[in-house]
Amino acid sequence: MITFDSVTKSFTDGTTAVESLSLEISSRTTTVIVGSSGCGKTTILRMINRMVDATSGTIRIDDEDISTLNPVALRRRIGYVMQNSGLLPHRTVLDNVATVPLLNGDTKKVARQRARELLDTVGLDQALALRYPSQLSGGQQQRVGVARGLAANPNILLMDEPFGAVDPLVRTELQNELQRIQRDLAKTIVFVTHDIEEAFQLGDQVVILREGGHIAQSGSPADIMSAPADDFVASFIGADRAKRTLHTRVLNGRTVVLDEHGTPAGLLKEVPSGGMDLR
Amino acid sequence: MYSLDAAGSLMNYLWDSILWIFTPAHLSGPTGVWARLGEHLFYSGLSVLCAAVIATPLGLFIGHTGRGRALVIWLTGALRALPTLGLVTLLALLLGLGLLAPLLALTVLAIPPLLAGAYAGVESVDPAASGAARAVGMTEWQILTRVEVPLALPLLVGGFRSAFLQVVATATVAAFVPLGGLGRFIFDGLPVRDYPQMLAGAILVIVLALVSDAVFALIQRIVTPRGVRVARSGQDHAEILR
Repeated sequence: MITFDSVTKSFTDGTTAVESLSLEISSRTTTVIVGSSGCGKTTILRMINRMVDATSGTIRIDDEDISTLNPVALRRRIGYVMQNSGLLPHRTVLDNVATVPLLNGDTKKVARQRARELLDTVGLDQALALRYPSQLSGGQQQRVGVARGLAANPNILLMDEPFGAVDPLVRTELQNELQRIQRDLAKTIVFVTHDIEEAFQLGDQVVILREGGHIAQSGSPADIMSAPADDFVASFIGADRAKRTLHTRVLNGRTVVLDEHGTPAGLLKEVPSGGMDLR
Repeated sequence: MYSLDAAGSLMNYLWDSILWIFTPAHLSGPTGVWARLGEHLFYSGLSVLCAAVIATPLGLFIGHTGRGRALVIWLTGALRALPTLGLVTLLALLLGLGLLAPLLALTVLAIPPLLAGAYAGVESVDPAASGAARAVGMTEWQILTRVEVPLALPLLVGGFRSAFLQVVATATVAAFVPLGGLGRFIFDGLPVRDYPQMLAGAILVIVLALVSDAVFALIQRIVTPRGVRVARSGQDHAEILR
């Protein structure tokens, strides 16, 4: 579990990115932090592996105050995936993935073996192993980025808008792939995005931020969707937009669900309690 | 005996100089072309090496931390403004005749391009790459040696290329002190008006500069990381397709 306890981050130029944030991130689930640009979401993420140090307050990982830990050692046991992959351009795909196991003291052979396994995990063809990052597509680069994030077999995986720069089709593919990986590996994933659709698809817990790193609402997608805390949340998740609102009409004794254009989208069926879990 | 009144006589000068260089008596021996060439390369190499010991770590440090940029700009500007011959004279007066005065003057000449090459090389590395290296748990030293320096190598070698070129072209001042090197032919020819010998010295310096520039250009190509090279050729390819 990752715990933020009244954490504040102000920069030397006087701006406060995050103010008095308290947040609990449960283990082995996906928590998505979502908000518009400049709301402090990336700062929150980067405080977990001490790429940014909090100005005040404490951050604990399993009751261990991270400010007492060596930042380099801490980063080696936390996976990190960033936008635009951040791969090392002078190293092959395989060596990029093997970077972290090598830093952790594995031999070259063991590290490369591990890297090859991870290419399978993220659905990359072994034939790409000896290519350079510049020879891959954006989606392939992001898969390599995810493989590198998983390479040290970390409990925690931090993902900073990892699918923000790829086209919508590839993004959907990568999102599905991440869900599959998460079902198999059950990591503690902290995922940052500005895309609420992505947040609702991937998150077990979704944290909606407003300016200054203040939490507008946090909870499961179903909780937030069914009971937006205020107008800000309602407009952010688009609950007021027609797109999310479905209409029903009784036709021939059956309840038909209609989408925003009035096109029939399906039939409405009562779910017996306990029959289907809300996500 | 010679006059510079026509293009024809200039060709005569050049021809005489080339004949002078290839006269067997001028080629070998302790005062021959080969020996002077060796001395010239020795002074140049040693000066660039001394300058590299000072400028490269400093440039890498400034490039990595981003601290002291103002120092680089000021220092390179100030050092470039120093006239080398004047500096040699001054240093020779202070330190006496010998290798030290020209060595120091040429070192001062080589520092700005080396400093600029090292600093600009590290600075040119994509911050996403060095940032990612930090995020996956590299120490600052590992980021510098495993990410920044390999990616900076083409510009780093570019600094050596330009430093060596300037030093080779200027190392004739060693003969002023009076040591050896290719400047010897120029300084020896001057009092006796032996223009073919003087021009021969100048031609040899030019040829040496051009050859060493070509060698460094080749090294620059070799040290460019493969992943970066394929990226470039990929771009070229994309441009052709477009």
